[in-house]
Amino acid sequence: MTSSTQPQLHLSHLDALEAEAVHIMRELAAELERPVLLFSGGKDSIVLLRLAEKAFRPGRFPFPIMHVDTGHNFPEVIEFRDRRVAELGETLVVASVQESIDRGRVVEETGPRASRNQLQTTTLLDAIEEHRFDAAIGGARRDEERSRAKERIFSFRDDFGQWNPRAQRPELWSLYNARVRRGEHVRVFPISNWTELDVWQYVAREQLELPGIYFSHEREVFRRDGMLYAASDVVERLPTEEPFTASVRFRTVGDMSCTGAVESTAATLEEVVAEIAATRVTERGETRADDRVSEAAMEDRKRVGYF
Amino acid sequence: MATEQLMSTELLRLVTAGSVDDGKSTLIGRLLYDTKQIMVDQLEHIETTSKRRGDGYVNLALLTDGLRAEREQGITIDVAYRSFFTSRRRFQLADAPGHVQYTRNMVTGASTADVAVILVDARKGVVEQTRRHSYIAAVLAIPHVVFAVNKMDLVDFDEARFAEISEELRELADRLGIGDEVAVPISALRGDNVVDGSDAMPWHTGPTLLELLETVELTGDRNLDDRRFPVQWVIRPMSEEHHDYRGYAGQVAGGVWRAGDEVVVLPAGLRTRVAAVETADGPLDAAVPPQSVTIRLEDDLDVGRGDLLADPERPPAVTQELTATICWMSERPLAPRARLVAKQTTRSVRAIVGELESVVDIRTLADVATPERLDLNDIGRVRLRLAEPLAVDPYAANRTTGALILIDESTNETVAAGMVLEA
Ligand SMILES: Nc1nc2c(ncn2[C@@H]2O[C@H](COP(=O)(O)OP(=O)(O)O)[C@@H](O)[C@H]2O)c(=O)[nH]1
Repeated sequence: MTSSTQPQLHLSHLDALEAEAVHIMRELAAELERPVLLFSGGKDSIVLLRLAEKAFRPGRFPFPIMHVDTGHNFPEVIEFRDRRVAELGETLVVASVQESIDRGRVVEETGPRASRNQLQTTTLLDAIEEHRFDAAIGGARRDEERSRAKERIFSFRDDFGQWNPRAQRPELWSLYNARVRRGEHVRVFPISNWTELDVWQYVAREQLELPGIYFSHEREVFRRDGMLYAASDVVERLPTEEPFTASVRFRTVGDMSCTGAVESTAATLEEVVAEIAATRVTERGETRADDRVSEAAMEDRKRVGYF
Repeated sequence: MATEQLMSTELLRLVTAGSVDDGKSTLIGRLLYDTKQIMVDQLEHIETTSKRRGDGYVNLALLTDGLRAEREQGITIDVAYRSFFTSRRRFQLADAPGHVQYTRNMVTGASTADVAVILVDARKGVVEQTRRHSYIAAVLAIPHVVFAVNKMDLVDFDEARFAEISEELRELADRLGIGDEVAVPISALRGDNVVDGSDAMPWHTGPTLLELLETVELTGDRNLDDRRFPVQWVIRPMSEEHHDYRGYAGQVAGGVWRAGDEVVVLPAGLRTRVAAVETADGPLDAAVPPQSVTIRLEDDLDVGRGDLLADPERPPAVTQELTATICWMSERPLAPRARLVAKQTTRSVRAIVGELESVVDIRTLADVATPERLDLNDIGRVRLRLAEPLAVDPYAANRTTGALILIDESTNETVAAGMVLEA
């Protein structure tokens, strides 16, 4: 019984990317025993939550949501996280960097350039081990950084949480080999093939709510190495780093100590999408101090198990 | 550009291949640069690096190099994925290394590609590598192949030279059964016929490389005739509100799916009808590849992950034995009687390799019968016996239900890519 109406054959790139990501979500849920979805409160992980809804509703998510909390997050983001998880009715696990510090697992950096960014790795790996997770779903994208361009969608980590770029499994068609041994785990990146612009377009299309810091707002900031940072208790300023008020928005929401703001008046999704489409600087180049340190910075961190 | 327009562009996946030094990195850099995808910080970075290396110009090839080890050796050794867009399309590019020892990487990049862009050096014409790259494009059934005849500046932009190479390429494509093939004369270094046209080659009246990529017709590449739906996941909320809900979630692999369609559940062979085609956002009139949807069935049957829903009038073969072309991807050679796992769509079954029927001599493209083993990067034809049945189509008819990977359970490695020839 075939009806005569012509089906809608044209799929937009967002439809195609969404279909791929939903397929990946379902595949990992089916093939792995204890997955967890990593949620940072950022736009990429907010998109992941929507994709999980698309993959599993009206059922529950077959995995909990985990936030690695540096203790230095923007308060708006934490408030957003709790509200969003409650709306979804899903389970939240918080892995706390502060706890790792208190338990002596890591040592806090000091001084004006101290950041808890590096410390997250230990907290994350400890949590993966403690909960015996065999898969961690992340929102990383291949356009973010050069070493990511070659990373697989199902990306393996050994017992030490390390990524070995030389020993990656070939990834053919949409046939993912998700097999892991005990102690190993796999990072799964459903939006690997998305760009920053795709993410923003998807946020606009799906009318996803984002934490307010993504839109232009007035904030106390200070300038360091040519970038703007939020003035807050968690970052020690040098004597020359006078705070001032500016109209800014954030392109990513990392730890307050290393996430830079851009000057912007884009206050709506439409305006942000337009601004991103016209932008001439990469997200990381513009706003992530941690990647500026060295050309191979990201690759080094990933080898030791960073997100 | 209006936001709505930006949001409705079509996704095109392409793979690029070429021998070392044919100019592939330069070409990709040129595509990114001339479509204005290069950000200021990236450009600054390659300007500094070019200077440091003593290049006399901004080396666009540097935009696409990847991992540290590769940077040190100055070569590309793994597939790198990149994106760029124009107002007409959003491109997903798999940049595959060219050398014969990386055949498996090109196969990987080619597996999902709609278009292959194969580099040819205008001074050299068709060489062994060109034949190999074209062969892989044909075996992986990439629907469209574009030969980018590069370094035209080094042959004085000569029309006759290009015509000669085009003719050779056409013969090659015919022989390999490549359906849609076209050649473009370019200079990646100078940018001729890549994104913009070429003053130096006024005789070329056809489209530039980018124009080709923007206009190649993709809708016909999907199989819309034979309904196929591998069940990935069963949605059973068992909540108050959705008490009896049972939905089969998956990605459409063929045909057009609508409520009311007759269905056979394979391999069991049970029959029923589609009650609804829907997503988390609500019901759909119809679903086509590659949409991810949920299908509900009229009858309460025993259906689970690994089952295939299909059109009972045009079913796939259900079989425990099949012949496939495989590309061997492991350092350890494949010998007859090897025990492996075959993963096809959402089903994994144990498999025993029977006879190795042939292996391709990659230099001559001739089949060599009954090899003793397949080595890393070899492409050959094998017989597989399966512990349980699979529902398969020939790869030529369906690039999803005709594809499989082989996994070695002792190492968990993916050791081969397989394309079903007959079942
Ligand atoms: N004259 C000329 N040289 C080119 C052209 N395209 C690339 N090259 C040069 O050929 C060499 C190899 O290019 P590259 O892009 O690194 O090649 P790959 O190994 O295929 O990635 C470099 O020195 C390039 O500058 C071209 O169109 N004309």
